[in-house]
This record gives sequence, structure tokens and C-alpha cells, in this order.
Amino acid sequence: MAEVRLEHVTKRFSEDVAALDDLTLEVADGEFLILVGPSGCGKTTALRLVAGLEKPTSGTIAIGGRVVNDVTPRDRDIAMVFQNYALYPHMTVYRNLAFGLKERHTPKPEIERRVREASGILGLDDLLGRRPAQLSGGQRQRVAMGRALVREPKAFLLDEPLSNLDAKLRVQMRAELKRIHQRLGITTIYVTHDQVEAMTLGDRIVVMSNGRVQQIGKPQEVYSRPKNLFVAGFIGSPPMNLLRGRCTDGCISVGELELPWSGPDAPEVAVGLRPEDLRPAGESGPSLEFVVDVVEPLGNEVVVHGTTTGTAVESGAEEEAEIPLVAVGARAAITAVFEPADEPSPGDRIRLRVIPERVHLFDLRTREAIGR
Amino acid sequence: MSEIQTIEPAAHAAEEPAAEPRGGRFLFSSWHLVLIPIAVVMVIPLVWMLVTSLQTLDETRHYPPSLVPTSLQFSNYTDVLQQAPFARWFVNTLLVTLACVAGNLLFCSLAGYAFARIRFFGREVAFILILATLMVPFQVVIIPTFLIVRSFHLIDTLGALILPNLAGAFGIFMLRQFFRTLPVELEEAARIDGASRLGILFKIVLPLSGPALATLAVITFMWTWNDFLWPLITIYSPNNMTLQLGLATFQGAHQTNTNLLMAANVMSMLPVLLLFFVAQRYFVRGIATTGLKG
Repeated sequence: MAEVRLEHVTKRFSEDVAALDDLTLEVADGEFLILVGPSGCGKTTALRLVAGLEKPTSGTIAIGGRVVNDVTPRDRDIAMVFQNYALYPHMTVYRNLAFGLKERHTPKPEIERRVREASGILGLDDLLGRRPAQLSGGQRQRVAMGRALVREPKAFLLDEPLSNLDAKLRVQMRAELKRIHQRLGITTIYVTHDQVEAMTLGDRIVVMSNGRVQQIGKPQEVYSRPKNLFVAGFIGSPPMNLLRGRCTDGCISVGELELPWSGPDAPEVAVGLRPEDLRPAGESGPSLEFVVDVVEPLGNEVVVHGTTTGTAVESGAEEEAEIPLVAVGARAAITAVFEPADEPSPGDRIRLRVIPERVHLFDLRTREAIGR
Repeated sequence: MSEIQTIEPAAHAAEEPAAEPRGGRFLFSSWHLVLIPIAVVMVIPLVWMLVTSLQTLDETRHYPPSLVPTSLQFSNYTDVLQQAPFARWFVNTLLVTLACVAGNLLFCSLAGYAFARIRFFGREVAFILILATLMVPFQVVIIPTFLIVRSFHLIDTLGALILPNLAGAFGIFMLRQFFRTLPVELEEAARIDGASRLGILFKIVLPLSGPALATLAVITFMWTWNDFLWPLITIYSPNNMTLQLGLATFQGAHQTNTNLLMAANVMSMLPVLLLFFVAQRYFVRGIATTGLKG
């Protein structure tokens, strides 16, 4: 076990584009760190640099206090789980698990012991004689984990290990990964684009975009205090509603809504409202007018899409395939999450309660959060 | 779209009644009208050779030639074995062929892997140069190759047949193309697991390259086994001859014992036929994957 440290690491695949731009990061011994961001944000590159599959253009990488820039993957003593598992198709599960130990000339009884131990932890005992082609997706995933476990490495590197599983298995394996980490306490760097995995698994999460770190912090911290517009739009599902507004004369105004403001004036701000903070308004307090458009009951909650007066702001975290936050006429599309008992019907006009302390503010010029 | 929808149920419907005649083994398609004549054309020379090898010398001179043997002269085969060092030629050919197959598998794997996966200075240029040699006819390089082999003092030895054929541009190209189709993550996983480059090649890449290696082995086997021109140039002692060269000695300047020649031919073809039947699955598929004609 060991800590992993990256200092001012930059990786360029071509002259003009930095896949990773000046990344400085410290992963504590035994920590479960998540690298999260949209595809192409540099998270996988960062992981491959730690693994030694790529060489940094500049900067240093240290594992357990030793600079490993010029150390081969073999001698870094790390284990990696690939997105597509990369199991050796021509070997049985047992030989897949044992391969890394054999290559390191581990004595046979020791290999046997470690393989049995890992297969016990992962429930692979009955599958040791099978080949990868004879396994289900979940089983392959376990073997891939097992291949990393048997090595008892200084650090685990996981590259979207759950993304090829169906939704149900993914939830199961997520919990299992957490259980394994709690049991073994091995330093882990976990790459994902799934923010639910990021929130649930990580001791800390690193939100990345365009090769740069946007924010590092505990999941709750990143969720409740996003440092900039990108993080605000990326973390949280459904994503945070962002509306154009301004802070002047002791007042934040968004559309027709006005909230008290004590900070310095800012002519152009994005006002962030988490869908789960928007509830049907009671008698008093500030509120937002809202016309219901689409209602999605999820059982434990109801996601309500609709519009309000104002202009939506894009965070830059929207996925390309996703429809950008469109203005409907002169109105902005927003989302709220209600209790099942409050389920509205399409076309309803409701007022949404806004809690002033839960409102996030971002300067639209710098895209950074405005502190309060 | 509507076409696909209508075709699909029709295809299913056609399949089910077809289940019955399929048991009867006579599933005739219009392709057979083309394939059967071609097959006949391909098979006749083989049959003729087999028949001739069982005829007497007089029968072989009969005109028009008969495709039905009247007397079965199995003695032709024993005569061949007595008249010529046939067994010696067979062993020579086998040695040369096996050495060339082994050499091609090993060296083309090494070179193909390097070209497929290792980044080094001048890789593309070197690869293109190697590919370019495929376009140079053998006749052009006969003399330089002869001079090189002679400088190794290998003329009139089996070494002359083996050394220049231990690796070939075709094999390097074919294996490189195949290696590039293997998922690179497997190799990365092996690197992290601690395997060296050679370890990755021999423990991960080659075990997954069965079809490509089998194809290369079969093609090299056939080329080497049937090669005539190069042995003709470099070998002159009867004891060092290969089958193809030895068979030519049956064709005398004044008289050719066609029946004996054909008997020898049949025997020399057996290993190739055998190999073809065993490996035809790989052979056909392998050529399909390279997109080249063997």
C-alpha cells in the first residue's frame, strides 16, 4: 500500500492539445479516489499515466514516495482493471488470476493460496476452470477484479470497471467494490463518468474537464459547494438548474424572483437551484412560478420538468447527445424533484419554494462560484 | 425498411420446410451449375495423374488417353522407390519445408509484432520497404540471392534452400495485420501483470493468433514443398535434391517414363493434400482475413 502523488503532470498527444494539463493530485494511503468527468476530460489518461502505460510530457508521478516516471508498469507494483476487463481469452479463470504472479516468479504454493483467497472474496470458486468466453458479464468483471486483487499491489487503478454491466449488476458490484475496499484498504484510483458511482464510492472525488481539474473534495462537499459552473452542472442528477440573473443593490434577481443579497454587486450571474431543493411552495417565502411540462414518477420521488420565466445558462457539462437546456419561448426549462404525494399533472401552474441558503451563485464571466 | 421486414418472415418460412430435404442431402442450388463444372475441371488432372500412375508404359502412350486403368500396376510405386533415391528426396523436402515453416512462424511473428505494436524510429519506412519486396519478382533477385548464399558456402546443401526462406514479407505483413486486430488492452494488462515484450508475444499474442499462424504455416508449407526454380539453381547432387527437383529427373531428354513420373508425383503430393484437408478451414479463412491471394 502506498500513496500516489502527481505533480504538475501534463500529457500531450499532439502539439496543440493537452489531454491532461498540469494535474497535481495526491491520493492518500488507503484512500478511494474517484476521477470523474465527461468523456475526453483526461481522466483515463491520468490513470494510464499512473499505470505507466503512457509517459507524461512533463511533471512527476510518485508511488509510495518513489518517482516512477521512468519505471515500467511491471515495476510500479500497481494493478489495473480495464473497462472491457481484458481477460486473457485463452486462459482459464485460474490462469488469468495467476498470470501476474507467475510473471513475477511467485512460488507455486503462494500463487495457489492467493488465487484461492481472491476467488473466495469474489465468489469465483466454481468458475476457476472456465474460460472467459464461458462467463457472464458480471463474472468476467469479478475475474478482472480478482486479477488485480491477487497481486496485492500498492494501488488499484480501475478504469470504468462497471460501465459494461447492466444497471442492476452495476449497483450490486458497486457495493461489492466498496466492501472490498473497506476490507483491504488498498489505495484506489477509480475512473468513471457516472456521477452516482463517484458520489457513492469515493472518499474524495476529482471532477475533471478538458484535461483540467475542476474541483477536488469529499462527495458531499462537491455536491453542496460546487466550485464552478461545470461542477454544478456535472454533479447531481437531475442536474442543477442554472438561470441567468444578477446581483445588484442587495438583491439577487432571476426572472421575477428576488432574493436578499449582501455581497458585492455582480451584473451577470448564473443562479443555481438543485431540483431536489425545489418543492411546491407553501404560504410564505420566496418562490418561482413554474408550468409543469412532463412528469416522471420514480416511486420514491417524482421528477418534474417544466418551465419558468428567465433564461437558462449552460454549464458546459451537458453531454453532447443531450438536448441543451432550451429556452421555451421566452421561458427557461427547469427540473424539480417532488415527493410522490405532491405529484402534479402536465399543464399545472405551481409555485416552487426557493430556500435562499440553498441557492448557488456563479459569476458568468469567470464561471467560478461566488462565495457567501 | 419495408423490404427487410417482408424478407425476414419469408426467410424464416423458407427455412422450416427446408429442414426435410436437408436430411436427404440433395440441397441443390443454382450455384452448383457453376461449381460442379469447375470442380470437374480441377479434379480431372488429379484423376488422370492417379490413373496414369497405375498404368503400364504402353497404356500411357495410348491415344486418346484413357481415364480408366485397365491393369493396376502398383509396381510402378515400388519401381520409383528403387530407381531413384525417392525416400532421400522426401526427407530432404520435409526437412527444408519444416525448417522454413518454423522459421517463418518465428521470425514473421517477431517482425510482425514489432511492426504492429512497437513504436520505433523508421517503422513505417521499414515496413513499406518490406512490403515493396512483395512486388519484386523472384527472377530479379535470383542472382543476388545466389551470390549471398554462395558466400555462406551453402550451394548444393539444404541450407541453400532454407536460409533465404526463413522469413518472408508476406508472412510479416499478414501477421502484422492480424496482430493489429487483437485488443491492445490484453497486452496492456499483461504489461501491468509484469510480462516482458517477448513474454506478451509468446504468452498472449501468439496463443490468440492460431488462425493466422495456421494460415502462414500452410501457405509456407505449400510454397516450399512445391518450389522448383530455386532448388534447380542451387542443388545439383542427387542426394541433396528435393522432390520437385528429383521428379524432374524422371523426365529424360530421350524418354519419359510417364507412369513412374506420375507415381512419384502422387507420392510427393500426398503430404500437401493431407495438410490441405486437415487445415483447409484455416487456409480458406486465413486468406479471407488477409484479403490477399495466396
